Amino acid sequence: MSVEFRFAVNVTPKPGILDPQGRAVEGSLGHLGIEGVSAVRVGRRVELTVTAPDEDAARETVERLASDLLSNPLIDAYEVEAIGATSSTVGARG
Amino acid sequence: MTVRIGVVVFPGSNRDIDAVNALQVAGAEPVILWHEQASLEGAAAVILPGGFAYGDYLRAGVIARFSPVMRSVAAFAADGGLVLGICNGFQVLTEAHLLPGALLRNRGLRFVSRQVALVAERHDTPFTRAIGDSRPLRMPVAHGEGCFYADAATLDDLERDGQVLFRYARADGSIAGETDDPANPNGSMRAIAGVMNAAGNVAGLMPHPETAVEAVLGSADGLPIIRSFVESAAQRAAGPAPVAVGAR
Repeated sequence: MSVEFRFAVNVTPKPGILDPQGRAVEGSLGHLGIEGVSAVRVGRRVELTVTAPDEDAARETVERLASDLLSNPLIDAYEVEAIGATSSTVGARG
Repeated sequence: MTVRIGVVVFPGSNRDIDAVNALQVAGAEPVILWHEQASLEGAAAVILPGGFAYGDYLRAGVIARFSPVMRSVAAFAADGGLVLGICNGFQVLTEAHLLPGALLRNRGLRFVSRQVALVAERHDTPFTRAIGDSRPLRMPVAHGEGCFYADAATLDDLERDGQVLFRYARADGSIAGETDDPANPNGSMRAIAGVMNAAGNVAGLMPHPETAVEAVLGSADGLPIIRSFVESAAQRAAGPAPVAVGAR
């Protein structure tokens, strides 16, 4: 029997890596009349469902996906976040 | 004998036809390699052309890395085969870890499409040997993510080991600055426009030599790069014994 687990992978530029998007967002704040906001970094959030026997196995898959595909270790940092297991089970049906 | 050179076509490649034309101008026989095929069809060398492989989704070049043809290209490169990545092809090669560094979004955020000048740092590689003198070469760039990045230690290593092939330059041939210098179109670190791997058989650059191979295209300065590649491939195809560089 397998369970579906829902994860989010948050990918952000590593500290020190130039982030022109973050800078552009920051540059636009003045036009909104907003003050006191700094160090804007723009990243990417990927949400996905993994079907696996248990949460550890599911997390292992997500870690691999996150480091091999969703992020470039040279420039990105990532964080895996569990956003809940669904109750539905996916098993072989007779 | 005409040397066969593969041009990989991913969904979203759009400079493949320019690469085919450049190879023909340089006297090679181009062969199209579709992304879903594993066979390189006996090509003596491979070009990864410009474009937006797989829509550049996620990160430019990353999805292409997992295609069947790229697995074969990686094996070919590991065996010493010559591979040249142009623009998006360069991005694919860095994502595939066949070349060092990464290509970040242009420092100025804008997609840049215009003529630039670059200088070759090396004149003795399979990619640059027909360049001859060291005057700046004029050719176009057309990219949104071409800012070459590597950490300082890696950049030092690349420079020390002679892996920097091209840098953006001003009209007078002096090397462009990193920031606030229009001669550096994307803010690349140390103005690096192209690099090669440590083994010297895989190279990539952001500018487009393949669209600057005839005067009618606005510049023929890219042709010596394509010719270097074709001649080197022909030499390797002819056998292990190195022969003299063809007449230029």
